[in-house]
Amino acid sequence: MSDVEEAITRAHRAEWARVVAALTRRFGDLDTAEEAAAEAFATAVERWPADGVPPNPGAWLTTTANHKAIDRIRRENKRDDKHKEAQMVYDDSREPLGAIDGAIEDERLRLIFTCCHPALAMQTRVALTLRMVGGLTVPEIARAFLVAETAMGQRITRAKAKIKAARIPYRVPSAEDLPARVSGVLAVLFLVFNEGYLATGPGTDPVRHDLTTEAIRLTRLIRALLPEDGEVAGLLALMLLTEARRTARISASRELVPLDEQDRGAWDAALIAEGHRLVRERLAAAATGVAPGRYQILAAINAVHTSARDMCDTDWSQVLALYDQLVRLDPSPIIALNRAIAVAELDGPEVALADVDRLEHGLAGYHAYHATRADLLRRLGRDQESRAAYDKAIDLAGNTAETAHLIRRRDRLR
Amino acid sequence: MQYLVSVIDDKSNPGSTDRRPAISAFNERLIAEGYWVFAGGLADTDTATVIDNRGEQAVFSDGPFVESKEYLAGIWVWEAPDLDVALKLAAEASKVCDRKVEVRPFR
Repeated sequence: MSDVEEAITRAHRAEWARVVAALTRRFGDLDTAEEAAAEAFATAVERWPADGVPPNPGAWLTTTANHKAIDRIRRENKRDDKHKEAQMVYDDSREPLGAIDGAIEDERLRLIFTCCHPALAMQTRVALTLRMVGGLTVPEIARAFLVAETAMGQRITRAKAKIKAARIPYRVPSAEDLPARVSGVLAVLFLVFNEGYLATGPGTDPVRHDLTTEAIRLTRLIRALLPEDGEVAGLLALMLLTEARRTARISASRELVPLDEQDRGAWDAALIAEGHRLVRERLAAAATGVAPGRYQILAAINAVHTSARDMCDTDWSQVLALYDQLVRLDPSPIIALNRAIAVAELDGPEVALADVDRLEHGLAGYHAYHATRADLLRRLGRDQESRAAYDKAIDLAGNTAETAHLIRRRDRLR
Repeated sequence: MQYLVSVIDDKSNPGSTDRRPAISAFNERLIAEGYWVFAGGLADTDTATVIDNRGEQAVFSDGPFVESKEYLAGIWVWEAPDLDVALKLAAEASKVCDRKVEVRPFR
């Protein structure tokens, strides 16, 4: 990649959300902001190779996008008088857009809260956040969620229309509403991360590094904006500690490598150190009586796993204690299933199997339920039942690397 | 910005019938705080008449235009600066009248 291409890619990562946010603020319309931002980046691709990279790319892009938006509004006003009534007026008296400062950080936060508004369906929130804040293209988002491009385009268009028609406010929620609204934002980011980490679909890469990276980048952004929020720190730590194991998790033959078989030397030490630092910070806060939420507990569980030299060295009683805490917060069967895996290490597969079997009602359609049962039955020497459970898990699994791993495990049974 | 707030009742699982005083008190508050534009409860769907005068002559037919378990039991029209304000009021309204409500902006 040439220096200029690299500068454009870097500017896109760093400045897309700022440009969209600044323009949304000024023109009061997500459509105008998004299209003008896209035009400004297209202009950069044309001009920067000849003119050189401007000294302040963010300011250049914002100014260019601003001109594009004004041109666009003028064009449309001329074209269609009826449309004119519906067009918002732009306000020239506001502060110059080139200034990139603390106030603009706020703008991005507004943008995130608008895209993650509870009046939008969860899938829509995810798509809109990736487009408006993450700067992913519609085809990229469609591919990530295995939806047709036109369907994804329509979903985003409808969401923007709802924001405008229903007047979903472009602002950070008030202090009293903030905790409830942040949790929705975190849920969106966690969904993006998980889709990247355990990508579904026969034609997709088993790990979508672009999505995990994007989720981490956006969570870092929220963390910078809300440094006091424990769950934001918890989610960031959880993502970092999970991402640290990414390369060790898929073998050369593109098969999932379970935790006990992973080469721990291949884990990313820098990400683990950063994740551990965040978990310690939250432990210190918990010691002062602040109860940790689910992301903080999940991060702590991952911190225990990533502190161990190997599987045997893992402090399973600590893991189990954390799961007990988590079950109290979130009594979902999926949490109970993960807890059973820790029980198997402490009390043996038989006790764990009894726990797992009790979850059949809620989890019969979930591949991990059958995979966990298969593994426990295998350890108990009940090969035939294990094989049947692997078959069910293989049928239900959507991730190619996971399917390959389950098939290998099944075929090793006598 | 005006919002239509539809009160939705359910024939198979109706809301409680003793909500009048609570709704009146809530309406007083909407008026005092400047959100109230209009409100009204509707008689049963059996009382509806549908008119179609798009053809040669007007056709009157008995009953609601759509039969369903869930039906429109009443409406509010509110004036609110944005959806967050409307949603907050709607959450209270649902509790006050013990029914689901739907919020929709006027065009």
